[in-house]
Amino acid sequence: MSQYLLRRILIALPSLLGISLILFTVLALAPGDPFGELAQNPAVPPEVAAALREKFGMDDPIWERYVKWLSQMLQGNWGFSFVSRVDVDVLIMQRLPTTLLVIGSSQILALIVALPVGVYAAIRPYSLFDQVATTLAFIGFSLPTFFTGLLLILVFSISLDWLPFVYQTNIDATGFAFYWEHVKQTIMPVTVLGLFQGGVLTRFVRSAVLDVVRLDYVTTARAKGLRERVVIVKHIVRNALIPVVTLIALQMPIVFGGAVITEQIFRVPGIGSLLIDAILANDTPVIMAVTFVIACLVILFNLIADLLYGWLDPRISYR
Amino acid sequence: MAGSTLASPTADSPLAGVAKRKHISPTMEAWRRFRRHRMAVVGTVVLGLLVFGVVCGPLFWPVAINEIDFSAMLEGPSSAHPLGTDDLGQDLLARMIYGGRISLAVGLTAMFVAVFVGVLVGAVAGISRGSVDAALMWVTDLFLSLPQLPLLLVVIYLFRDALKEAVGPEIGVFIIVVGVIGILRWMPVARLVRAQFFSLREKEFVEAARALGASTQRQVVRHILPNALGPVIVAGTIDVAAAIILESTLSFLGLGFPPDTPTWGRLLFDAKDYLDFAPHWALLPGAAIFLTVLSINFIGDGLRDALDPRRVM
Repeated sequence: MSQYLLRRILIALPSLLGISLILFTVLALAPGDPFGELAQNPAVPPEVAAALREKFGMDDPIWERYVKWLSQMLQGNWGFSFVSRVDVDVLIMQRLPTTLLVIGSSQILALIVALPVGVYAAIRPYSLFDQVATTLAFIGFSLPTFFTGLLLILVFSISLDWLPFVYQTNIDATGFAFYWEHVKQTIMPVTVLGLFQGGVLTRFVRSAVLDVVRLDYVTTARAKGLRERVVIVKHIVRNALIPVVTLIALQMPIVFGGAVITEQIFRVPGIGSLLIDAILANDTPVIMAVTFVIACLVILFNLIADLLYGWLDPRISYR
Repeated sequence: MAGSTLASPTADSPLAGVAKRKHISPTMEAWRRFRRHRMAVVGTVVLGLLVFGVVCGPLFWPVAINEIDFSAMLEGPSSAHPLGTDDLGQDLLARMIYGGRISLAVGLTAMFVAVFVGVLVGAVAGISRGSVDAALMWVTDLFLSLPQLPLLLVVIYLFRDALKEAVGPEIGVFIIVVGVIGILRWMPVARLVRAQFFSLREKEFVEAARALGASTQRQVVRHILPNALGPVIVAGTIDVAAAIILESTLSFLGLGFPPDTPTWGRLLFDAKDYLDFAPHWALLPGAAIFLTVLSINFIGDGLRDALDPRRVM
């Protein structure tokens, strides 16, 4: 098991290197210059700007800069934000838990919706329930997250005035009221992401269950006189989940994209809104670091999916 | 066969239809299957109406998109402004028509870029074995795990100003949005094409062509590629929808087209601060994006049944 894990990590490392290379190349090829504003500032003499460029190695060849940048990243030296003058890693560590909370809850919500609906629809294919569920799933993943977000704000914040539409970090309440306020302001972002993912996952689950529902081993299980519940949960769903796990892992980049949008709409202080703010403020170190962190998270989730895969399907040996 | 539940009731066996009536061309057969997917037909009609409205709209509604009228700010639908006005009193119908043209153009062009790159990579990987295939698939998997939206934002942030200066704000943003969406969406197509190539290149008709001395290039272009296009068309259709959503997202985040170019996403972005007193302003472009994407997704599903009637085992 630990050997398998090690091997998976070794496979993931080149991907991380590749991603960092792509990111760095994009940045290096870009016509802009992190010191562009410095050069335009009349208070900074050209000699000082040139000395700064020299000091930060801006005129070195690209590959040398890449190696330097990478080794600094590995040592945990991620630079500081141009705007807030805070170390980038501190900034990201402040924001990351919120994002993970929102993404995690929305994935759980999506699974809670998608698993029963997808399984039930596939067990009675082409029934009325199946048709309604399929159509709703289509609507779910055709609704852009930014539009769903605005719709929810319109209905629940403006018309009904039930939920706050701006996420607040400093809630002046204690105990139960504090947690309740937190739950209330998390409901809408989580619902927006969860419904979108739910639509996608329902289709995954339905087609995965359709793949196995008429296989011989299921008939055998029924013939043995097992209860329908046992047949569905232990025989059908467990096998159908194997491809679904892979598909969920492949969805992760899209989930993070959705998180960026949702955080921006509801002003959730996560890394997604940090990224947008950094882009609007030309804060290059933050932009680089956030993008890289998101890429790392995607790879991490792929790794977790691989491990789950082995657990769900013992035929995949941990070699 | 033991397990054979079709993914959709309309995806019947390809042989069944052909056996009944012999003189049906593949196109007619595909059309027959497509028609049986009710939502796909509805989607085609809705999308057709939207495209017609967007393309021919200015003929029937020749109102300037930037005519500012402070006496009619944030008005709801009326006879003078069928879809209401925005905060500067600009006519929303005219702006919606203009924005729809951009959204659809971005979607179609980005799809072509993605399909072109995908077919190229998939075909090269599928026809050459060994290390070339392995390397290309590694790159494909790498791109699949890239976080698309953050990367898209970064690229646009870095290159926007340079392209703006080079070719003008609208064309520049168009090129960059289309290019980046295309480059970040080719991977599914590449995988599909490669998988198709793997099975097709061992088929008898390709072997026959090889035996007759056809060059690799001829085998690919004349024999394998046309047979591999079915799933590519389906993936391409869905790519149009994905590109439209991505473009709207960028505009919605304020990082897409310039403020005076009213794409659907941009209209939503401008409208979101006036949600409480002018909800129509946000609802209409949002509904337009939603309807377009939904119809395209349904059409894609219908095309899958029509062109790619593989039976689920």
